[in-house]
Amino acid sequence: MSKTIEPNPTEVTKSDAMLELNSLKKSFGQTVAVDNISLSIGKGEVLGFLGPNAAGKSTTIRMIAGVLSPDSGDAVINGHSIVTDRQTAQRQLGYLPEGAPLYNEMTPPGFLRFLASARGLDTAKREAAVERVIADARIGSVSNKRIGELSKGFRRRVGLAGAILTDPPVLLLDEPTDGLDPNQKRAVRALIARMAPEKAILITTHTLEEVPAMCSRVVVIDGGRIVADDTPETLAENAGGLEAAFSELTLAAEKPTA
Amino acid sequence: MSTAQDIWQSSTSSFLGFRAVYVREVQTYIRTPMAYVFLAVFLLSLGVLTWEAGGFFETNRADLAPFFVWHPWLYTVFLPALAMRLWADEQTNGTDELLLSLPVGLGGLVLGKLLAAWTITGFALILTIPMWLTVNFLGSPAAVELSWMNPGSLFKWLGANVFGGADNVAIFVTYLMSFLMAGAYLSIGLALSAIARNQVTAFIMSVFVAFILTAAGWPVVLSGVTDSFGVDAADSVARLSFLSHFEAAQRGVLEWRSVIYFTGFIGLSCMLCGLWVARLRE
Repeated sequence: MSKTIEPNPTEVTKSDAMLELNSLKKSFGQTVAVDNISLSIGKGEVLGFLGPNAAGKSTTIRMIAGVLSPDSGDAVINGHSIVTDRQTAQRQLGYLPEGAPLYNEMTPPGFLRFLASARGLDTAKREAAVERVIADARIGSVSNKRIGELSKGFRRRVGLAGAILTDPPVLLLDEPTDGLDPNQKRAVRALIARMAPEKAILITTHTLEEVPAMCSRVVVIDGGRIVADDTPETLAENAGGLEAAFSELTLAAEKPTA
Repeated sequence: MSTAQDIWQSSTSSFLGFRAVYVREVQTYIRTPMAYVFLAVFLLSLGVLTWEAGGFFETNRADLAPFFVWHPWLYTVFLPALAMRLWADEQTNGTDELLLSLPVGLGGLVLGKLLAAWTITGFALILTIPMWLTVNFLGSPAAVELSWMNPGSLFKWLGANVFGGADNVAIFVTYLMSFLMAGAYLSIGLALSAIARNQVTAFIMSVFVAFILTAAGWPVVLSGVTDSFGVDAADSVARLSFLSHFEAAQRGVLEWRSVIYFTGFIGLSCMLCGLWVARLRE
């Protein structure tokens, strides 16, 4: 199967895009990690951002989050450029980084208060937001424990609570269900589905069976380039399953050239 | 929204971000044994050096010279230990990614961290105030008797014994300059913590740099430089040394060039730190 870039099935026009990537490019030395990626995500869309290891997923997400600067191109978040108006753009998004790095010596509410203050919430709004996300992420039972004492699943949920704390219009979730048990995964999927109508959400995952349950659209990248952009159903139909589609799209890059 | 409102909202938000980083760092010091170990060992070392090595009682003078003379040397070792984790810890735990994704400017991140460590150092200096009270008491043992029946005698006793026995303005100036100098030592640790990415390496590098900047004003070093390269070279070396800039302050003299030197040094170190942290985005 040849690699083709499918037209965006949801037909998000630039005007209603809440997250817009314009020719985003990033290299580390001689290695091109992200090569000219452009896409738009509109309100109500949950985009599954898939790709093999080292495909450029995390680099792309880090550039959108303002953690890495793109070599060229731009990410526009709810109308604000991450290149020219970084702090305002960062206020428009919630970010769950890969591995959910957290401050181990803090309690979950303390950590969330820190994030809320750093994101500019005043005291009254801060306390309300912290209470809301503790309930949403179901971490109330571990409120008095230090984050360093929590299981991987709870740490992930604390990270997720941090991402949705300010109820931002755009969410970037890097492996949001990693390390969660089936019940917790279901709860996170339900939370994402509940938030989806009002937001643009970009999710990376290695668990392909979760994609149809969470995502309305799938973008597959490989070697830093988009190799497919379609609905999960169409991708699965064309290749006889999502896993087969993923393999066909990404394994071709690993074959040695003649 | 008007531009003025935009600027106001952005400034308020930046301040809240800086405050959040500052509060978190202070809480980290307080919640871990680090601050307590630092305070205990620093105060113990300062006490031992002042009383024993400094010959506090033998000087027969109501001043704190035997106390302040050790500050630069103790800062050389203790303040890098306090600052070594500020950025290295973030990079080890991957939380630098979290910090860089927050809408807080690099200035807010760098200053928040520096001021947190500086606050702990300031608290350590406040805990040495009994030393100040001691020289006042020893310097002016006025014959005012305390009486529980007469509350006014307490004020008379304080006036005579606490606020009248030594050159308190000079001591206050020396405390201020010591605090400012502490900021310079901490800024070395802060910048090298960002560069080294590892606490132990950051500590060793910071102690080395701090030692060079301190020892450069040591009379032994300066006389060696004078013998080898002449007086002008020795003057140049002395001008770079923390020790030389703290010397006048130890006599209670507030020299503006030293204030500018320490402030400028802190500013440059913070800029270096900010530039290095900005490189993490590359």
